[in-house]
Amino acid sequence: MSEGTVDPMAPALFSYALRLGDDALILSQRLSEWASRAPEIEEDIALTNIALDLLGQARALLDYAAVIEGHQRDEDDLAYLRTERDFCNVHLVEQENGDFAHTIARQLFFSTYQLFLYEELISSTDELLAGVAAKGVKEAAYHHDHALQWTVRLGDGTEDSRRRMQAAVDRLWPFTAELFDADEVEKELAVHGIAVDPSNLRARWERAIHDALASATLTVPSTLWTSHGGRRGVHTECFGYLLAEMQYLHRLHPGASW
Amino acid sequence: MAERDHLEPGEQSPALARRFDEMLAEDDRIEPRDWMPDAYRATLIRQIAQHAHSEIIGMQPEANWITRAPSLRRKAILMAKVQDEAGHGLYLYGAAETLGVDRRDLLELLNTRKQRYSSIFNYPTTSWADVGAIGWLVDGAAITNQVPLCRCSYGPYARAMVRICKEESFHQRQGFDLLLTLSKGTAEQHAMAQDAVNRWWWPSLMMFGPPDDQSPNSAQSMAWGIKRFSNDELRQKFVDMTVPQADVLGLSLPDPELTLDGQTGHYRFGPIDWDEFARVLKGGGPCNEQRIAHRVKAHDEGEWVRQAAAAHAAKHAPVRALKPATEAVA
Ligand SMILES: [Fe+2]
Ligand SMILES: [Fe+2]
Repeated sequence: MSEGTVDPMAPALFSYALRLGDDALILSQRLSEWASRAPEIEEDIALTNIALDLLGQARALLDYAAVIEGHQRDEDDLAYLRTERDFCNVHLVEQENGDFAHTIARQLFFSTYQLFLYEELISSTDELLAGVAAKGVKEAAYHHDHALQWTVRLGDGTEDSRRRMQAAVDRLWPFTAELFDADEVEKELAVHGIAVDPSNLRARWERAIHDALASATLTVPSTLWTSHGGRRGVHTECFGYLLAEMQYLHRLHPGASW
Repeated sequence: MAERDHLEPGEQSPALARRFDEMLAEDDRIEPRDWMPDAYRATLIRQIAQHAHSEIIGMQPEANWITRAPSLRRKAILMAKVQDEAGHGLYLYGAAETLGVDRRDLLELLNTRKQRYSSIFNYPTTSWADVGAIGWLVDGAAITNQVPLCRCSYGPYARAMVRICKEESFHQRQGFDLLLTLSKGTAEQHAMAQDAVNRWWWPSLMMFGPPDDQSPNSAQSMAWGIKRFSNDELRQKFVDMTVPQADVLGLSLPDPELTLDGQTGHYRFGPIDWDEFARVLKGGGPCNEQRIAHRVKAHDEGEWVRQAAAAHAAKHAPVRALKPATEAVA
């Protein structure tokens, strides 16, 4: 986007960059809670690695959102000074870590979605988004592989691990539908080849997840309710605590540099 | 006996013992397959394990601030640092394993308080500036201790230290940079930085261990080429390096007796509270209980995950490998 010209697409593009950026930022924040607490040292390193990848993606996307907005805010203003209602990540990524099985189920659902999303976003007519996707697709492929391997190990491991993995899949399943919600923002940008319409990813995601659960000897849940509203800034109750922790120090020192 | 190139642990051979002494004298590296005295092996296992435990326990005070880091850039740096420390733990457990011990057993000794970790991590990180103070002072002291270990007589330990030291010097610079930003920031930020340095300075000096006249094992470690400088020499090196850096930071060090001795070129510093050192070492520091409890909780909560991974590997092992895989589970 050249600066100085008013792009009619700018508000939608700003929202879209924020949505992708917030998903990555909030999932990174959750994963980083594992540091020093993982079941093995190797796993501590792997989870932090994934969190770092996501944080890198979030920074590129929030920075881009700030540019589109006209440099009134920077990445830190967007991360630390928005309130719950201004965050537009999906509910899935804000859900608490739970036990290791819950973290892996959340990773499986999200990384599969993000992998397919980035694979298509590489062809975006927007250069920056295409660049984020080109780098992110390799990272998401690793995240997906990591989650898939653990899903199979835990599902097809011991009786206890199978029970825990199934419980985690069941608990988080209702939060997956929202990944594929598309509103005017995505639809408008998709028409111009800028964004990916997430509703188009659903069939492929379902096939991949059904296969993954089958090879882990797990069953696909059938739930009555699905959770929605993150893209409009309506979140689940646990999100406020996440933001309180993430933002408190920055907010305590208005205008300070770090 | 003469035709064998190594002995069972505990066996003695004058020829092999002489060869070991020659290798030390020539400053050659001792490798895992070389004969070594039992006491040398035991000392190395204890020291490398304690070092590995320190990396793992040291993750806790810093991980404590990851979720609250006040900028995304600092958050990324801190996450990468804590991840590096986990990696250091892995290299070091790997080096210890070349001496015939198992990582799982060493972690068990840590969890049951039968082996130690560096006492510095028994102090709490109560403010964001503590992250900077740890990087600058604790990683700084660690580098001072560890650079000579890159020339340690035991090859795997020396090589692990080369990799680790590179990353530790990164950590030190990042910690310095964090403190500099705070020191030059708002009045509250400056005060936060000064308070952190006040709390971490003396414990950092204690990281080098008791004074030379109260360090009974040092002479043997020096003779074996495990230790190259005495505790007091290393402590002095650290003070000499750090005092000018504090000036650049615009922060004071909490020691009224700190003065440059014009004749020796070294900084003289005040008396260290060795009673505090002994108390924390024995378990009386502010976070001894917490650090081990945290470690044990992570270990216990991960038990079902490790069991699942082993069970899965056993089920899906190729037929040829079935026997060892089954043993691994048992
Ligand atoms: Fe380290
Ligand atoms: Fe370090």
